[in-house]
Amino acid sequence: MPGMDLEETLLPGVGVRYELKTRAGETLGIVVQREGGAEIAVYDRRDPDRARGVLRLTPEEADALAEVLGAPRLTQRFADLSREVPGLQSARFPVGPGSPFDGRTLGDTRARTLTGCSVVAIVRDADVVPSPTPGDRLQAGDVLVAIGSAAGLEQLDRRLSGQV
Amino acid sequence: MNHVAALLVELGLLFLVLSLLGLLARRLGLSPIPFVLVAALAVGEGGIIPLDTAEPFLTASAEIGLVLLLLTLGLEFSAEELFGSFRRHAPSGVVDLVLNAPPGFAAGLLLGLPWEGALALAGITWISSSGIVARLLGDLGRLANRETPAVLSVLVLEDLAMALFLPLLVVALAGDGPLDAVAAVALAVGAVLLVLLAARRHGHRLGRLLTHDDDEQVLLRLVGLTLLVAGLAQSLGASAAVGAFLVGLALPPSFAARARALLGPLRDLFAATFFVAFGLATAPAEIVPVLPAAVLLAGVTIATKLATGWYAARREGVGVPGRLRAGTVLVARGEFSIVIAGLAVAGGIPEVGPVATAYVLVLAVSGPVLTRYVEPLSAPFLARAR
Repeated sequence: MPGMDLEETLLPGVGVRYELKTRAGETLGIVVQREGGAEIAVYDRRDPDRARGVLRLTPEEADALAEVLGAPRLTQRFADLSREVPGLQSARFPVGPGSPFDGRTLGDTRARTLTGCSVVAIVRDADVVPSPTPGDRLQAGDVLVAIGSAAGLEQLDRRLSGQV
Repeated sequence: MNHVAALLVELGLLFLVLSLLGLLARRLGLSPIPFVLVAALAVGEGGIIPLDTAEPFLTASAEIGLVLLLLTLGLEFSAEELFGSFRRHAPSGVVDLVLNAPPGFAAGLLLGLPWEGALALAGITWISSSGIVARLLGDLGRLANRETPAVLSVLVLEDLAMALFLPLLVVALAGDGPLDAVAAVALAVGAVLLVLLAARRHGHRLGRLLTHDDDEQVLLRLVGLTLLVAGLAQSLGASAAVGAFLVGLALPPSFAARARALLGPLRDLFAATFFVAFGLATAPAEIVPVLPAAVLLAGVTIATKLATGWYAARREGVGVPGRLRAGTVLVARGEFSIVIAGLAVAGGIPEVGPVATAYVLVLAVSGPVLTRYVEPLSAPFLARAR
């Protein structure tokens, strides 16, 4: 995202804080907690180190907000892609804690070879790894975004959850 | 009443009282730890109500409480967070040690404790309560504040330093001489580094070994492994607490989240018995004579923690009000000061118990109050901020 000032700070034991300077000149603080909850804050004008007016979100609320702001755009992009190429679909596959690929590389899934699907991104907590390479390691909690045929995606789903 | 009936009734009443105290503490916006300590002083040896039947059980479960406290402490931070804090905030960690440990050591010597006891008191004044501080930051809506990463990093570094300090203290208490102490610390440093590096590369294997769909399986495996390692560490002359801490560090972040959720309630229950057992071992009458010294020591170490937070926040370019917030929030001492005192008492220096109890009582209450009211007080500095 060019020209945007998004600063990331690790909060040990709590999560990650993002600081976004908006073009309108405001600073937005977002604390994404490890357990999935979030706090959104604006900073005091007189004391710029102090968060004032903190919005507390439960994990469900944070998810809902993320959905509202983020997901449609992502889906939109894939929907455009699917429209351009008939027969192509996209899907998201979570890597569960019991998945056989927890801790193994993307290459180990052999998704392309066995199912014909392409994994186009790995979503890990708040991060997105676009165009992942076969050497990228998967962890429980990751979500793989894949495109392929309907049958291929179904096959990939079974493979990732360890049914095949 | 027969033995079993008396045991169950005593424990039942104890936990109900702890629940009420916890509610009261929450109401007042304070940590439950000082309330539990006062309650434990009131019962048991020299207190109002004796807990005779439950005492042996409480002493045993206090050991498990200690192990679980340290295990969850190790689970709290990932290796990445530890290395990150170390790289960025190491000077703050050093300032923290240099300012806050010597007052405790000096006070220990002035109180006529042997040097091992003074060493324990140094640890007690050095380490802030990560439990109380983390809670305060959340309650006061300071998580997004710019001084908060510095505050949390000081806590992380203190907790990491505990992994080195505890074996040193245990060896010192055993009286094996300086050579053994050096060896023990070298061993502890080696073990911590080894575990951190191994966790980075192979932690997921350990995670997979413990993972199971069934919560019961995970809990049994995790607690089993931890008690085993803690027991081995204890038998090697280190401390059970350190062994448990290392297990927590070694677990990968992906598994740590689940482990924290599963262990939370168990930890709370056993940690409560740890604080009660500590309070039971101290007679209230012993507190009164050391109270002035403890209050004085608390006053001095409020100032030194304030300076620590000030320094850590200033390094991050935070203004005066933020530095005051950082300094005051770090003032609270709590669970780990009691852990250290517990080790000293068990190691044959019971005089540390009353001082530590009085000291923690003062700071676990005044720390949260101080940081709450520093915000309006620091308003005059706002104009000069930055």
